[in-house]
Amino acid sequence: MFYTFIFLPLISALFVPLLYKYFNRLVHTGWFVLVVPLTIFIYLLQYIPGVAAGDTYKYTLSWIPSLDMNIVFYVDGLSLLFGLLISGVGALVIVYSIYYMSKIREALHNFYIYLLMFMGAMLGLVFSDHLLVLYGFWELTSVSSFLLISYWYERKSSRQGALKAMLITVLGGFGLLAGFIMMIMMADTYSIREILANLDVIQNHALFIPAMLCVLLGAFTKSAQFPFSIWLPDAMEAPTPVSSYLHSATMVKAGIYLVARMTPIFGGSSVWFWLVAGVGLITLLYGSLTALRQTDLKAMLAYSTISQLGLIMCLLGVGSLAVYFGASDSGTVFGVAGFAALFHLFNHSTFKGSLFMVVGIIDHETGRRDIRYLGGLMQVMPITFTIALVGGLSMAGLPPFNGFLSKEMFFAAVNEVSQAGIFGLSKIGLLFPIIAWIASIFTFVYCMIFIFKTFGGTYRPEKLTRTVHEAPWGMLFSPIILGLLVIFIFFFPNVLGKYILTPALTSMLPMTEMSSYDLKISVWHGLNLELVMTIGVIVVGLLFFKSSKRWIQAMRNYPQGLTLNHWYNKGLSGTERFSTSLTNGYMTGSLRSYLIYTFAFFVIVLLSSLLLLYGIRFDFSNDAAISVFDVGLVLAMVIAAGTVLLAGNRIVAIVALGAVGYMVAMFFVIFRAPDLALTQMVVETVSTLLFLLCFYHLPKLTKQIERIPFKLTNLIISIAMGLTVTLLALSANGHKMFEPITSFFENAFELAGAKNIVNAILVDFRGFDTMLEISVLAVAGLGVYVLVHQRSKGREQHENE
Amino acid sequence: MKTNDVILKTVTRVAAVIILTFSIYLFSNGHHHPGGGFIGGLSMSSAIVLLYLSFGVDKVRENIRVDFKKLSALGVLIAIGTGMAGVIFGKPFLTQTFGHVDLPIFGDTELASALIFDTGVALAVIGTAVNIILSISEDR
Repeated sequence: MFYTFIFLPLISALFVPLLYKYFNRLVHTGWFVLVVPLTIFIYLLQYIPGVAAGDTYKYTLSWIPSLDMNIVFYVDGLSLLFGLLISGVGALVIVYSIYYMSKIREALHNFYIYLLMFMGAMLGLVFSDHLLVLYGFWELTSVSSFLLISYWYERKSSRQGALKAMLITVLGGFGLLAGFIMMIMMADTYSIREILANLDVIQNHALFIPAMLCVLLGAFTKSAQFPFSIWLPDAMEAPTPVSSYLHSATMVKAGIYLVARMTPIFGGSSVWFWLVAGVGLITLLYGSLTALRQTDLKAMLAYSTISQLGLIMCLLGVGSLAVYFGASDSGTVFGVAGFAALFHLFNHSTFKGSLFMVVGIIDHETGRRDIRYLGGLMQVMPITFTIALVGGLSMAGLPPFNGFLSKEMFFAAVNEVSQAGIFGLSKIGLLFPIIAWIASIFTFVYCMIFIFKTFGGTYRPEKLTRTVHEAPWGMLFSPIILGLLVIFIFFFPNVLGKYILTPALTSMLPMTEMSSYDLKISVWHGLNLELVMTIGVIVVGLLFFKSSKRWIQAMRNYPQGLTLNHWYNKGLSGTERFSTSLTNGYMTGSLRSYLIYTFAFFVIVLLSSLLLLYGIRFDFSNDAAISVFDVGLVLAMVIAAGTVLLAGNRIVAIVALGAVGYMVAMFFVIFRAPDLALTQMVVETVSTLLFLLCFYHLPKLTKQIERIPFKLTNLIISIAMGLTVTLLALSANGHKMFEPITSFFENAFELAGAKNIVNAILVDFRGFDTMLEISVLAVAGLGVYVLVHQRSKGREQHENE
Repeated sequence: MKTNDVILKTVTRVAAVIILTFSIYLFSNGHHHPGGGFIGGLSMSSAIVLLYLSFGVDKVRENIRVDFKKLSALGVLIAIGTGMAGVIFGKPFLTQTFGHVDLPIFGDTELASALIFDTGVALAVIGTAVNIILSISEDR
């Protein structure tokens, strides 16, 4: 039941093309799609009471049980928090997209298929307990993000942005895979839950640090942490609903999810703390500083997202200290930091989601996103302005909005960490509150710029391409809901805290004992350091904002050559040049070279593994007696093979080659394997036919005298190939390396209901092989078709010109 | 492949029927006797290729209106679909099952889900083999 709901997005994606084809003229396809996240959201809601009471649920779907590959879904506080975010924000984004994406002009079926694919992948990711399945969903989110960024693929910037996001996140994905494999090797299990159960094995293992670094690489690239953050601003080429959903509310939080999930495993070590908290802090500063000099509203929000993700990451790092301290007072203090991370993660999804939608509305109604052209929109779009004000002030960390609460908790956490006195924090721990404070000032300033440069000032309709009016209600609906949440959470934070965040924290920091008193979020803490810091942020921020004209221009003149993007571009073109020269070095276009590579690889790998594993062992004792027929057939085969070598024209060679094949079929007949004989016969016929067809394209066989090295290479390769195959065949018979599987064949009738063992093997025992084989076959067939037809098409075009 | 060979055409008319019948026999009997989806599909495609050889591509295409590319895709889909069927019933992917049914004419007959899987295999093989041969032969 549970997996039906998790796979619902993927299953329903199959029906989107049909709905688009038959109903789009009447109803926007989005209305159908909306049902999916709404159903999932409502379904997941019913887990809240149980999970809040401390229960967890586990659902197993057998996939390949013999390899221990199963889809295991595990519902605990952390995955439920993310599941609710994904489905809830997903529903709001789809409502918004119905009004944003034109039903006439856009290829809606593509859009919604990609979106559903992403939603399914993301749900699978957060609920998976199986590491490799988690990795599969992880990559699927990268792929669907790629497709969504390049949705307007006729634009060059979209394609480049998509490529950049893909390259960087997939690089991290490989890191993640390596990290997971190391974890699997260490713990000898695929399940996160079982790894958590025997932590000692992992924590004292030599691979502990490498695995941690690899996992962090994956998390940092996905969550756009410095210096991998450069893909996120370019990903803003996607339609705004996508930016709002993937690139602020959910996908970029996959890295956060991973770090939170791995905290009980890796947290408590100094490397983890310094990397997660340090990189988070740097990202926070970098993102807020770079956001200041953006003129494009979406780019500004992208950098602000980077900075906010850094903030959450930093809080997670601080929270991981709770693992180090365990169940003690300090443990509780840092546990609250982890709580703040989850709280801010939720808040960020609400206010940033609404801000992105506001930018989409502005873009949609005015045709501009550049603050240099905008201004004074307050008069024409009062509702949009109100939403922007709520979201923007929440991001700036002002009351009465939820951002204020989590920002205060963040300040409290960095103040605590400066006094922790472990991991060398006593010396440079003071940097944490200082950098956090400076970054908060920048955050405050760009929030002010976002709100007042767009909506304040004088209204200049002559600079805009369209006549501006308030957005339709359907477009305002989702940001209004999010905006109301922002205010609601400020006044009733503990509803969220008690039922959703506390269970999530329990799964992140299971070893720390937290009372509900510790996790109570209150608006008024009394006059303490955090409040003073916030007041300082407001005062200094306002001063900066007033004088912004003078120094922002200076920031925009920051040299291009020093940006991360510049280095990325250089690196990319360098890699491309290198790989072109490398590829051109061996892709000669001559079939002979390719055959040499193939055969050489075959010989080297097989011969060396035979030698290294002591595989060459002959055992002739069980062989059957050699009859006259065998001798005759072998002689005939030798003669036929010799004819192929000496033949003066190709037809003779092809026919002789066919003869060798038929002779093999005869062997099967002698050894009473009618299935194989039949198959061999037909395969031989069809392939001889293919040969004859290809014969048309081949040059005439001429008896020219080739150079000696050329012939020598051929000789060596053919002898090596023959030798390898012979050795392999002989030693395969003499070996008992693995447990025999004869019992399967003997009981074929009971197990598979088949009297024909060969067939039972093909369709039952090794059905997976067959399925993949025919898939390969079909793909190869399509490949041949495409290659041949592209070529003849190209030639026709050439002739027409 | 445009020839006007009377002998070949006459022989093909008879032979194609025999090969086609035999290939269906091979396919449907595969679970208990020599044969199966792969070999059945291959022999059927060899019959189709024989038709193409003797009557020419255009004429056969007029009479057998099948897109072989789509056929191979359909085959793979069927095979994967039978795999998924197991999942729906809560069994591992690609679990095959069989049962015995008393049919009016055939008597006690065994029905195996493997046969559906085998159909997918056969269709994929026919589609691919004919598709490749046609593509290469059309390339001038």
